[in-house]
Amino acid sequence: MELAYTPKQKAFRQEVREWLAANKPTSPLANYDTREGFEQHRAWERKLFEQRLSMVMWPKQYGGRGCDLIEWLIFEEEYYGADAPMRVNQNGQLLLGPTLMEFGTAAQKERFLPPMASSEDMWAQGWSEPNAGSDMAAITSKAIRDGDHYVLNGQKTWSSRALFADWLFGLFRSDPASSRHHGLSYLVVPLDAPGVTIRPIKALHGKNTFAEVFFDDVRIPVENCIGQEGQGWHVAMATAGFERGLLLRSPARFQATARKLVQLYQANRAQADRDPSIREAVVEAWMGAEGYALSSYHTVGRMSRGAQIGAESSINKVIWSELDLKMHETAMRILGAHAELRADAGQAVEGAWLDGFLFAQAGPIYAGTNEIQRNIIAERMLGLPK
Amino acid sequence: MDFTFTDDQLTFREAISRFLMTEAAPELLREIWETDVGRSAALRGKIAEQGLTALSVPEAFGGLGMNDIAWSLMTQELGYYAIPDSLADTAYVAAGLLNRLADDHPVKASLLPRIADGSVRLAIGHPVNPLVADAALAEWLILAHGDDVHVVPRAQVDVQASASIDASRRLSQVSWAPSPDTLLVAGDAGRALWAETLNRGALSVAGQLLGLAQRMLDLSVDYVAQRKQFGKPIGSFQAVKHHLADVASKIEFAKPVLYRAAHALAKGEVRADVYVSQARLACCDASWLAARQGIQVHGAMGYTWEVDLQMFMKRAWSLDPGWGDRALHKSRVAAYVLGDNARLGPGSTFEE
Repeated sequence: MELAYTPKQKAFRQEVREWLAANKPTSPLANYDTREGFEQHRAWERKLFEQRLSMVMWPKQYGGRGCDLIEWLIFEEEYYGADAPMRVNQNGQLLLGPTLMEFGTAAQKERFLPPMASSEDMWAQGWSEPNAGSDMAAITSKAIRDGDHYVLNGQKTWSSRALFADWLFGLFRSDPASSRHHGLSYLVVPLDAPGVTIRPIKALHGKNTFAEVFFDDVRIPVENCIGQEGQGWHVAMATAGFERGLLLRSPARFQATARKLVQLYQANRAQADRDPSIREAVVEAWMGAEGYALSSYHTVGRMSRGAQIGAESSINKVIWSELDLKMHETAMRILGAHAELRADAGQAVEGAWLDGFLFAQAGPIYAGTNEIQRNIIAERMLGLPK
Repeated sequence: MDFTFTDDQLTFREAISRFLMTEAAPELLREIWETDVGRSAALRGKIAEQGLTALSVPEAFGGLGMNDIAWSLMTQELGYYAIPDSLADTAYVAAGLLNRLADDHPVKASLLPRIADGSVRLAIGHPVNPLVADAALAEWLILAHGDDVHVVPRAQVDVQASASIDASRRLSQVSWAPSPDTLLVAGDAGRALWAETLNRGALSVAGQLLGLAQRMLDLSVDYVAQRKQFGKPIGSFQAVKHHLADVASKIEFAKPVLYRAAHALAKGEVRADVYVSQARLACCDASWLAARQGIQVHGAMGYTWEVDLQMFMKRAWSLDPGWGDRALHKSRVAAYVLGDNARLGPGSTFEE
């Protein structure tokens, strides 16, 4: 055990820090759930890509730097520490990207990974359906083989950023006689294909965060199947593992929030100390975020010695989503009567916490509800009966 | 950056665990509870043969020369098997204190080899603990007089026993008179030694609490998988699953916090106090929840003397405020986080 960075790791941190300081946008970008904000974020992603900083862990041939997981953690620390823009293409980059690396053909990797790294292609996900949420194996959207094409019919929902995205990845039932997790295929679909209809869903904050996507005799070539036909469940589960695991929410993001919470508390101490439990919650926020960071480094260390992450990724998801919620609840309590004031009404500090508070409500729901995660922990880690 | 244990450390832990599983079974512990002294010389001798008491004694004094990092694994084993206080207090905390003396100091030269071979029992009266664990049986007591550290033969200490709900705890009030003969380290050096010893004691308890939490979780998992109601194991019900999933999460998240604190203490890092307190709080939370959910999923059986859960639950409750209660440890973390010198935010975790 040696908890110190190597000179190479320190140099990488310094490089990222200096580049971000010189290049990050000087004023906040518009919300990426608007067309204007979406394109601003795409342009920022392009800039990161040109510096080979958009996907540092990816191999060089796909636009990355071939960094290891420690360097990835360092990048994330610098990125969130610099308060740089939210990452608009994470669905593709963090969920589909690793899946393509594992299951994609050489041609698929070449076709999809570089433009994903540059965000020339923006990706939306297509898992959930109106009757397949937590019970994802209840998917009914079909992809019926017709020569060298699939014909898609059905509906996906809760598809984040599908309104402006270029592509969608998701699960479709390619064997109409199948049920549950059999007979599904993992497909990528261009969202400008004839027969695709996208209808926005307005979220709590009033913006079109996600969409319903309808497929009406949409034809896509069989080359758009990732992994083998009928093996989609297996391929998707690998993706879900990445999502819940280390990658989707690096600790840096929550450490940045914890620091802001400490600063918010310090700036409003007289008001906040009227309720002694606020001070305690602020200190606990630091411990929680720090604990998550330690856990991530520990996991990376164990993986470097050959350990696999299994149900632990479910623990991560429960921990970060509930930590995020608790931190934003605490901020709302500190802000008191100002907590409801919106950013777009000129209330920058209050509004940012309000936006974060609203988004934090979704954390325990998306990427597999925390109830499902606790079932996974109990069944796969503790071996309790189904 | 290497946040892992060596194969040697992990193998040693595994060996100790296998040994204690057979040699310190709950039935045996219950028998020892019933004795007047509450300690078994035979068990202690066997543990010493395994090398555990020699762990952090330097090789020059007949030990293995390992440090807090190795102890962060071993204290979990001591907790898991509910091994009584004097083992960790002597072999880990007191050895750590004596390690700080000059190599030619007669106390160090005489006691460290005997800690290593398991032939001496020490008790520590740290000012933060109102009672002294294992004072009656100890050969020597390490006691505080103001900032000064004294090492006092048992015969010169008057010991008044106070019974604990945890029958493996043997606590006493001690009264004694300091003399030049008993003085070990005085003044500022003494204060620094007590401060470092507080961290080591707190970390010892943290590791034991984590081990206790794991034991309570394991007992609970076994119980809910066997106990049937409504025609199926109660462990198949989500309400029960979620109780135990939360315990598992707390345990897994406390581990790296404990390991980082041990690393900081071993390396003498500037923020060791904060990290030790953070570890203590994380481990307290894990064991407290493991006890609460443990008794809940055991139902009325968990409230009985007969079912083993009680042994580990009561030990967890008893150790919880030892070597600094939660107020002390929370205050230390809060003073840092809300103070002027805090290093917060991304990238600060391992900042030098």
